[in-house]
Amino acid sequence: MEYGLDLEYSFNEFLKGFGLSSEIAHIIWLPLPMLLVLVAAVIGVLVTVWLERKISAAAQQRIGPEYAGALGVLQPIADGLKLLVKEDIIPAKADGILFTAGPILVLVPVILSWLIVPFGQNLLISNVGIGIFLWISLSSIQPIGLLMSGYASNNKYSLLGGLRAAAQSISYEIPLALSVLAIVLMTNSLSTIDIVNQQSSAGILSWNIWRQPVGFIVFWICALAECERLPFDLPEAEEELVAGYQTEYAGMKFALFYLGSYINLILSALLVSILYLGGWGFPIPVELIAKFLNLPINAPFIQVFTASIGIVMTVLKAYLLVFIAILLRWTTPRVRIDQLLDLGWKFLLPISLANLLITAGLKLAFPQFFGG
Amino acid sequence: MSIAITTQIICFTILSLVTLIGALGVVLLESIVYSAFLLGGVFMSVAGLYLLLNASFVAAAQVLVYVGAVNVLIIFAIMLVNKKEDLKPINDIKSRRIISTSICLTLLSLLIRVDLTNVWSLSSPQNSIGEESTIRIGEHLFSDYLLPFEVASVLLLMAMIGAIVLARRDVMSKDISTGLPVDQELIEKSSEPLLTNKN
Repeated sequence: MEYGLDLEYSFNEFLKGFGLSSEIAHIIWLPLPMLLVLVAAVIGVLVTVWLERKISAAAQQRIGPEYAGALGVLQPIADGLKLLVKEDIIPAKADGILFTAGPILVLVPVILSWLIVPFGQNLLISNVGIGIFLWISLSSIQPIGLLMSGYASNNKYSLLGGLRAAAQSISYEIPLALSVLAIVLMTNSLSTIDIVNQQSSAGILSWNIWRQPVGFIVFWICALAECERLPFDLPEAEEELVAGYQTEYAGMKFALFYLGSYINLILSALLVSILYLGGWGFPIPVELIAKFLNLPINAPFIQVFTASIGIVMTVLKAYLLVFIAILLRWTTPRVRIDQLLDLGWKFLLPISLANLLITAGLKLAFPQFFGG
Repeated sequence: MSIAITTQIICFTILSLVTLIGALGVVLLESIVYSAFLLGGVFMSVAGLYLLLNASFVAAAQVLVYVGAVNVLIIFAIMLVNKKEDLKPINDIKSRRIISTSICLTLLSLLIRVDLTNVWSLSSPQNSIGEESTIRIGEHLFSDYLLPFEVASVLLLMAMIGAIVLARRDVMSKDISTGLPVDQELIEKSSEPLLTNKN
């Protein structure tokens, strides 16, 4: 399966044409995909914020943003500009260093996790061997940032919000990791590229959602809980805790939390689509289309077509899931903290353990369907 | 010197400096909260050192276990019992410090001896496994390291049961170790809502 566009190779060859050494070409190449993904993440956040405003308005029979650009598409940019120019306030009795470090610690791991999100065979920053495990371990850093900002604010609501966030994140990480483990068991690899390739044999029929329906639901619930979105937004439950750990934050530091939570939402949606919905795969395999059109799979036209279809499919699937997440947020009530912990420890954990066990058994019994 | 090696040396210097300064901060700082957060930083930079050694799986496991679980729980516990009161001065603080410093120095000398006597260089650089390490670790855990692995899991189970027994004192009317009836006041105190008595 070693085909597809290799932009890095072509770029390096192009630079070598100017007489640069391969090392210098590599250094010039390195920041490009990172910048591209960062820009993609930020644009994704803007789109999601706009969607959130519009869909919530539709759910509540309002119009939503209307005046900033056509259909209010410029509203998120106006929001961002407002937060940028707002005064940066550190409360007098807060702990200045921790207060500043908290939001950074929340945002950085989320952005780092984009390292492993593939948009095509070679369209990702780095195909690291530990792949999906990197995301799991990075997402476990986030609660430290939340605890830090909750503590540093010197406010009881903030502290409670931070503690809740940490408790929630720890309890939902375990079923999340176990359902990922079931996928890894079927793929025999931790790499996100391998996970998608393993689902690409028969288009929509070979997607993991059919083989891992329980894992899919558990993963989605846990991903929503990790993103702290309704029905699981207890850390910032506004009726009880004002705004949880972000109560004392204003301006750009608040914007970092805001950005972090939305980037995390998009990242979770992308990962669900990679793990369960075939990643960049088109519902009908591209090889079949190429054969139907009598074109060789390595033809430049087909290559560009495959790559663009891949990006479109990944983004489309991710935004479908984001849409579901937004609908869930505006139509479901919040669970209580004891219900939340009960759901995590007494329901999702046993179910995901059983799912892992059954997957292992099925893999031994039907190696051709569940990965040999 | 190639660019890759220069980058490696710069990363190594920064990571080891962060580890050393952070570890000193964990020990020497007065505020327990700062110590706990710095401990997280030390764990992170140790994970970075593992990454430099091409052991990406060990690095990610280090982050997941030590930063994501151990350190979060340490901070969590500190914040649950965090009271704004000064620690009581200890009388013989000087002799305690001398004893603990000497113990640490002994351990350090042991480590230095290990470092000097061991042969660290690999027979050939091609033998390094890099990305393959995940598979190799799995193979070892299920073959020659099976017994230590299982014993460690039993140990963790024991610790977990112990923690549950300590936390759920209300389910027992008698203290396990002394046989005396359990102090009911303690139970009430622990089930009081958080932060009602603060300030």
